[in-house]
Amino acid sequence: MNRERITRWLVSGPPFVFMVVFFVLPALIMVVASFRFPGEHGGLAPMFENGTWQFTLETYQFFFSDFIYTEIFLKSFLIAGLTTVICIAMAYPVALLITRVPKRFRDVMILLVVLPFASNFLIRVYAWMIILGPQSAFSIAINSVVTAFGFEPVTLLFSPFAVIVGMVYVHLPFMVLPLYTNLEKHDPILLDAAQDLGANAWKRFWKVTWPLSLPGVYAGSALVFIPVLGMFAVPDILGGTGDILIGNLIKEQFLGTRDWPFGSMLSIMLTLAVLAIAALAMRFSRKSLSYA
Amino acid sequence: MALLELRNLTRRFGNLTAIDNVSLSVEAGEFFTLLGPSGCGKTTILRMIAGFDLPDGGEILLDGKDIAATPPEKRPLHTVFQSYALFPHLSVADNVAFPLRMSKVSEQETRQRVKEMLETVHLADKSDAFPHELSGGQKQRVALARGLVNKPRLLLLDEPLGALDHKLREEMQIELINLQRNVGVTFVFVTHSQPEALALSHRIAVMNEGRVEQMDSPANIYSRPSNRFVADFIGDINMMNAQIDVVDGMQLRLSVAGLGAIVAPAHIETSTGQAGAFAIRPEQVVIGAPDEHAELANRFSGTLRDFLYVGDVTTYKVEVTNGTLIQALLPNAAPGKARFFELGDKVTVAWSSESGMFLHE
Repeated sequence: MNRERITRWLVSGPPFVFMVVFFVLPALIMVVASFRFPGEHGGLAPMFENGTWQFTLETYQFFFSDFIYTEIFLKSFLIAGLTTVICIAMAYPVALLITRVPKRFRDVMILLVVLPFASNFLIRVYAWMIILGPQSAFSIAINSVVTAFGFEPVTLLFSPFAVIVGMVYVHLPFMVLPLYTNLEKHDPILLDAAQDLGANAWKRFWKVTWPLSLPGVYAGSALVFIPVLGMFAVPDILGGTGDILIGNLIKEQFLGTRDWPFGSMLSIMLTLAVLAIAALAMRFSRKSLSYA
Repeated sequence: MALLELRNLTRRFGNLTAIDNVSLSVEAGEFFTLLGPSGCGKTTILRMIAGFDLPDGGEILLDGKDIAATPPEKRPLHTVFQSYALFPHLSVADNVAFPLRMSKVSEQETRQRVKEMLETVHLADKSDAFPHELSGGQKQRVALARGLVNKPRLLLLDEPLGALDHKLREEMQIELINLQRNVGVTFVFVTHSQPEALALSHRIAVMNEGRVEQMDSPANIYSRPSNRFVADFIGDINMMNAQIDVVDGMQLRLSVAGLGAIVAPAHIETSTGQAGAFAIRPEQVVIGAPDEHAELANRFSGTLRDFLYVGDVTTYKVEVTNGTLIQALLPNAAPGKARFFELGDKVTVAWSSESGMFLHE
């Protein structure tokens, strides 16, 4: 083995080992667990008992036997999709603005975008509980408008609305940053060229800026969509009893009912669903990524 | 009526006057060049014509109408940028179709015109390629096709050949001349390269520090520069401070300190006693052995100090009695003959009384 190869192994070895030990192995353990029986008092039943291996497809059968689980999956995907779209719509102007301000303001604005990470995630979500609560100035203002138009007052907290607000709030920076990274690389001369060739501001955005930013949009979407799918804290705190998402369901299996095989199965189904979407997205986006 | 007319155009950036009261007009069908060193304001003028920059004073008239209030996307002219500015996410055909789609030409006609335009620039086989798959010259041609496809009144070209290597640049120059002739679109071309300007243009405006120094045909700019800046900027030239001793009809007698008298033709208004410069192109100067060229009116002896062999010609630098280095260009007509003289040789430099010119300070 020559020096270069040794160096290569020394550099890539530790992260490789880390990924195997802390990602591949747990994932495999989970796959195995999903085929095992739940223990009598929670957890897992022994794998080898009474002279035979104890494996079953029961958890998978159970998942498909009741439509409620598929429904929770679909609802979670819907919320994740909605959150992603809202994040794109909200993050795009911010990212665009950061690329247009003088350079000395850019770092400050980036700092402001990531500043929320400096305080605890749960505290920030609880803050939304207060903001959306029935006695908050926000709720009162909204309801004074709603009642003025002759409608019943609305409850903001413990609703799908509150869940989406929380999800968008938490994940917005993950959309702003990749978008900014992408938009910052655009050559401004392309907009001049488009304008010179007859494109007004609207066309310049949709024919030049937007298609060129798609790699950033995809990256940001992955960073928002996938974590939102697995998120349980936000629906726990801001959602009502009917707003259970996959994340809550899985958390419940491990921390509540302690049905580990079922929880493992749900995790695997979620992973498979995400992989399927990612594969579709890659197929869809390959063309637009090829020039980047 | 001129197609494009600039009247007393002025542009200031803070204390700097980038464009200082420039007036010029471009006729329809003309290949007009703004030539000058970097920072002379030529690109600023182009940006103001395109609408990306607004003048602080003066007017820009297109077909006799002031276009100051018209935004760039509404001006009936296009720009070819130095960096080409091709859209990286669009194929060659879609890049060329862009201006047609913006002006809502039908899809069928768009396809037809894109096809014709790509044939004109010899890129018909590249219509599905993406810009990153093209060579520099091909990108250049796509940019030209995109700028010409919807027949603008005017095509502005901002150093379009600047990014190409020497050989490709010469090829593109010829293509550019042919293209302009064939499509009949008026070109306003910006360059800092004087050979390029001389080769391409019908007329050239030589610019310096925001002002037009001279505006004329390439031949006149080269052979009759109106001042020292133009003479020095266009081509190589020998220049010596000189004073007019006698004005004799169409002939001038000049004296050059430390060298002696020079007989030169009078092209410009002059009077006895004026100080200025005597200028002569290297190709008008001949070099020979000490006893040669007795027939020429201006004849000085000197020492060969340097020479530069570039294949077809050799430039010799001869130091004359007042210490000035005079350049003489000699074609290497005899095959394999690289030089006729050796360093340190005593030689004669000479030129006819019809060559050279007097320039005012």
